[in-house]
Amino acid sequence: MDKIHSRRQVAAIKHSLFDQGYLDEQFIQLEELQDDANPNFVEEIVTLYYRDSSRLISNLDHTLERNPLDFNKLDTIMHQFKGSSSSIGAKKVKAECTLFREYCRTRNGEGCRRSFQQMKKEYATLRKKLETYFQLARQAGPQETAFRPK
Amino acid sequence: MDNGCFSSPRRDFPAGLRVLVVDDDPTWLKILEKMLKKCNYEVTTCCLARHALNLLRERKDGYDIVISDVNMPDMDGFKLLEHVGLEMDLPVIMMSVDGETSRVMKGVQHGACDYLLKPIRMKELRNIWQHVYRKRIHEAKEFESFESFESIHLMTNGSELSDEGNLFAVEDVTSTKKRKDADNKHDDKECMDPSSTKKARVVWSVDLHQKFVKAVNQIGFDKVGPKKILDLMNVPWLTRENVASHLQKYRLYLIRIQKENDRRSSSSGMKHSDFPSKDLGSFGFQNPVNKQQNDVSIDSYNYSDGSLQLQNVENKSHEGDKGTVSQFTIAKKGRPLRESSRVGLQQPFDCSMPTQYSWTEVPHTQLKEEHKSLVHLEDSFNQMPLQGKQHPIQVDQSQSVASISSVPSIREEGVAACIEAKPLFSDFKNDQSSSVNSIGNAVDTFPIQPGSLVMNAQSLASSTTNSGLKAHGYNNLSCISDLEIYQRNLLLGASAPLDEDLHFHWLQGECYNMNFGLQNIGMPEYYDPGLIAEAPSHLYDSSDYSVMDQGLFIA
Repeated sequence: MDKIHSRRQVAAIKHSLFDQGYLDEQFIQLEELQDDANPNFVEEIVTLYYRDSSRLISNLDHTLERNPLDFNKLDTIMHQFKGSSSSIGAKKVKAECTLFREYCRTRNGEGCRRSFQQMKKEYATLRKKLETYFQLARQAGPQETAFRPK
Repeated sequence: MDNGCFSSPRRDFPAGLRVLVVDDDPTWLKILEKMLKKCNYEVTTCCLARHALNLLRERKDGYDIVISDVNMPDMDGFKLLEHVGLEMDLPVIMMSVDGETSRVMKGVQHGACDYLLKPIRMKELRNIWQHVYRKRIHEAKEFESFESFESIHLMTNGSELSDEGNLFAVEDVTSTKKRKDADNKHDDKECMDPSSTKKARVVWSVDLHQKFVKAVNQIGFDKVGPKKILDLMNVPWLTRENVASHLQKYRLYLIRIQKENDRRSSSSGMKHSDFPSKDLGSFGFQNPVNKQQNDVSIDSYNYSDGSLQLQNVENKSHEGDKGTVSQFTIAKKGRPLRESSRVGLQQPFDCSMPTQYSWTEVPHTQLKEEHKSLVHLEDSFNQMPLQGKQHPIQVDQSQSVASISSVPSIREEGVAACIEAKPLFSDFKNDQSSSVNSIGNAVDTFPIQPGSLVMNAQSLASSTTNSGLKAHGYNNLSCISDLEIYQRNLLLGASAPLDEDLHFHWLQGECYNMNFGLQNIGMPEYYDPGLIAEAPSHLYDSSDYSVMDQGLFIA
């Protein structure tokens, strides 16, 4: 009964992540790639994404501290970050990346900073939500583990 | 994975496709690896472009296709793309989160076979085998056309045997003639076939190929890349892929030619004192342009049979005649660049190559004295600054020419012109561009060449037609540019090689003219580096090269 409940919970969280626009269909793509060879593929990918992208975030942080702003550099890093975020389907983060790059193009330093803060927020929120999601999913266990003795 | 969805002639084909993925983003790298594995592809991942390039270089045949991100810290994806296209000629798929038209365009311009936007979907990757498959089809087609050229080549070699026989058995001439005609027809057919079967593909016309070669020369062969060539060529409708494929063929040809050269030069080195080996002498005889030519060659055969002991001499005069005759034909018919004539014209200098070898070995010939009366060239030859002792041979040659018929006079003239031009390289180089532009002018430039030789030759050429003269003068001028380079390769002290050389130049110049129209400026340089190093074999290079060019036009 617990299992069924937690599975429902997992499904509900996932659903809300899509409904609230945190994730896009890329996430489903990742889930489809998950198989016996990589049973935790999605989680591995998300972990990898957060590990790698934190480097880019701090890089952006540093670059934004400079004066005057190097918009080209900011744009390049953000482009990279956006590409990376597209890998897990981080929809809101991606949207902020696009906005940020738009500010870069118009040389709007203030806009860039604001957008960057917003992006970091979305980035952190998604991380938390995904962590919760994976934790619950692990507890609920994959459906394929039904054979496991209770 | 479901291989059933791939409709491929080979049962297994898309499965096991060897894919190299290059992306500095580890997350994407991992996702792509997983996706590609699910497609049953064999995946290698790499997070640095330079590393990828090393992998590709280490195992040139280790991958079927490359998928590369556009933005990478160590090397621009376009740069990698260029390298891969140049060095491995593998299909490359670019990917980026950016769908900006300009960037996609840039990717395509650099030769990307596809441009995928991140996030990349499994279904897109599942289909990438098509690029490999398409390339294989292309290569198969190219191979076919190679084959046909190869066969021309072989035929040339084969027919030379019989021709060589003719040198000593004059009575066989008629049968040879028939055979030559047959060969000629066959050649024509071979030349036509590949082009007609590939209507959709880029036809590398004379001009186009010339631009290509010019661009290659300009860039330098070591640094050459399809993109650079494309830029230099400045032909709007041409794609990088066209150029890349052409460049690939060009390379293959060069490699093969190099091999052949190695083989031949080693073999000829061992038996240089023999008659010109079959490989050597062969080409010149095989491709008669028409009957007229054959007749003339018969004349020269007779002559050589009678008076000369040296096979090379015979060869030489024969070449000369041939060249002249074909030239005549062209001038008469007023259609300079027909395929058949091209074949015919190119062959002659193959012949001159072997002869050159033997010339150095050849003792002075005996016929010198006899010819003096006939031809006044001897004096002029003596005047030549670089000449050594062996002028008798040259004289023989010119003499033989003169004695044969009216046609040879043109050849003589060619020799004369080339010789005279030698001290004046720089001048003629300058002249060349202008004189090359119009055949008519070429005749005018003749008198500019110092020395009486030219005049003598002209007076000897009493029966020469005007048109022939014009064409000839034109050739001479273009020869001069070649001369400059080739002369470096030659033993300048010895007159015999020099003479040979001159013939060669002349013929070659002619060929260039025929093949490349009016601007053959870039061509000589192409041979320059390798040729200087190995003087004896360089003529092979050029002769083979002409064949190659032909192939490239059509493929």
